[in-house]
Amino acid sequence: MSTAAEERSARAPWALTAPALMLFVGVLLIPLAMTVMLSFHDWGQYKGIEPVFILKNWREIATDSYYAEMFGRTFRIAILTTLLTAVLGAPEAYILNRMSGRWKSFFLLVILGPLLISVVARTLGWALLFGGNNGLVNKLMMSAGLIRSPIPFMFTETGMVVALAHVMMPFMVLSVWAALQRLDPQIENAALSLGASPVTIIRRIIMPQIMPGVLSGAIIVFSLSASAFATPAIIGGRRLKVAATLAYDEFLNTLDWPLGAAVATLLLVALVLIVVGSNALIERRYAEVFR
Amino acid sequence: MAYLELDRVAKQFGAQTVVDDFSLAVGKGEFISFLGPSGCGKTTTLQMIAGFLDPTRGVIRLEGKDLTAIHPAKRGLGIVFQSYALFPHMTAAENVAFGLEMRKVARGERAERVRAALAMVGLAGYEDRHPRRMSGGQQQRVALARALVIKPSVLLLDEPLSNLDAKLREEMQIELRQIQRTIGTTTILVTHDQNEAMSLSDRIVVMSQGRIEQIATPQETYERPASAFVSQFLGKTNDFAATIDRTSAPARLIAGSWSAPAPAGLSGPVTVSIRPERIGFGDAGLTAKIVTRIFQGNHWLFQCESECGPAIVIRQNDGQSQPVEGEAVRLAWRPEDMSVRGASA
Ligand SMILES: Nc1ncnc2c1ncn2[C@@H]1O[C@H](COP(=O)(O)OP(=O)(O)O)[C@@H](O)[C@H]1O
Ligand SMILES: [Mg+2]
Repeated sequence: MSTAAEERSARAPWALTAPALMLFVGVLLIPLAMTVMLSFHDWGQYKGIEPVFILKNWREIATDSYYAEMFGRTFRIAILTTLLTAVLGAPEAYILNRMSGRWKSFFLLVILGPLLISVVARTLGWALLFGGNNGLVNKLMMSAGLIRSPIPFMFTETGMVVALAHVMMPFMVLSVWAALQRLDPQIENAALSLGASPVTIIRRIIMPQIMPGVLSGAIIVFSLSASAFATPAIIGGRRLKVAATLAYDEFLNTLDWPLGAAVATLLLVALVLIVVGSNALIERRYAEVFR
Repeated sequence: MAYLELDRVAKQFGAQTVVDDFSLAVGKGEFISFLGPSGCGKTTTLQMIAGFLDPTRGVIRLEGKDLTAIHPAKRGLGIVFQSYALFPHMTAAENVAFGLEMRKVARGERAERVRAALAMVGLAGYEDRHPRRMSGGQQQRVALARALVIKPSVLLLDEPLSNLDAKLREEMQIELRQIQRTIGTTTILVTHDQNEAMSLSDRIVVMSQGRIEQIATPQETYERPASAFVSQFLGKTNDFAATIDRTSAPARLIAGSWSAPAPAGLSGPVTVSIRPERIGFGDAGLTAKIVTRIFQGNHWLFQCESECGPAIVIRQNDGQSQPVEGEAVRLAWRPEDMSVRGASA
């Protein structure tokens, strides 16, 4: 065998993956590295960005309680959204899985619905229902005498959690759904024949087996919610900022790119740590169910 | 007095009748097999006994009590599923203990019974294994222990051995039969494997398209099949067209050049069926030619072309010389070895 052919076959994998690799490096790794570098640069109202290496931005984030509050809010909203989708989504998936053919596909479409609608239209829809005195639901409930003043929704964390949970629900339902597909179709009958009540079957047999699905759904929902931009931007506006909207403001309104880059980098690092950490935990804890 | 009784049970899914007119009386301690091709309604019948499906018509009684009025969780039956349906997140011991827990058996007694049940199925020492780390045969044993530990009034087995390889299946058959003999639990086994049904059961219920074809001991179903379906389904058989001639006296049954005194009852065209191992090569009888001769260790298998159509013959390998391919032979059998049916049956 000639060495030239050997060389060629050794180069082939690199040559074949090169276009995708270049795209990956070009549009993801380089901007990412530049963002990280940017977060160490200096910035001033009149001098603009100065390419020096200082810790000013990071020190500001670490010391100013404004950032702690804002990151706290970001993760609080993400956690509550995750809990809400898990509590509603897991039973939803279970019920959906038990439906017969035609209804199943219909309701699957209903659940996937939020993903098909533009985030702006969807969030404004919530605003139309609950926004201030003119929101449809508020108006109805007030005229029915159920409530005196409108339920606050716009510019509240509750509003953000509800609107985020709405759009994140499909990820949770599909993830639990996938776990349910792995169940033995006779598993409930097996438990039933051994004398288990419906509640016991769900608690002792079904729940432990779909828990990995709930947890991987939770990871998806958590990371998407923590980095969500559009929904918090519309519901929270400039008043109630989260990490993503803050970074956006620093970049486009204050024009303090280095500070915005620091916020974005911190969010990314925190998310990667949380996701990787909890994934490892889940895989260890549920080794038997995953096999 | 029947222990478990199914009285004209039927099940319909929409317009499709899957089980019809199913009547069976099972004695206490008996081992019954439901045997039939895939889709003939065996599982459906078993699930009606278990209570996972409600019969459309008919009654199921256990010790005289109407079983259909009792919730499946309260029937106290032991069930082994084809897929085993073990709880993958629990260890073998936890799987077996589950039914006892549901019955609020005290912790100490529970542990003792779980240990005994696992030992009975040959899994002592596997208590802490999870099902997914066990072989198919071991999972099968856990499923059996889980069903038996609750001391079920009836044990229902739905194709429990069909996922095992041939050798393991044979071992498990013997073991299953021994366990059943020892503890004496009334057992119903669903299978499409005629060997399994014959080697395990006291009686076989042969089913076809939701109906019972025959209920009899393994030997009877083999020797005296009640229908063409039964004779074809249980092992190899030869069906020859024949006629019963009652014009001469005494009346005779004639199949080609083979004839014998006619049995009472039937007349005109009939079908006779003879098991291949009951046919011998003789000086008189059906004229035939050997097409292929296959050596199978303890026996020879001959495929012949006879004057009444294709025939198969099995001869013990007793050391005697056997006819070769292409040789002309005469096929003969004793009249008591054949069963005669009207030509349509
Ligand atoms: N839930 C159901 N709905 C509709 N048809 C069914 C259902 N369960 C079984 N059947 C039909 O009933 C017939 C018998 O099924 P089954 O009892 O599983 O057969 P077997 O166990 O003998 O292979 C099959 O034709 C099957 O398609
Ligand atoms: Mg079946």
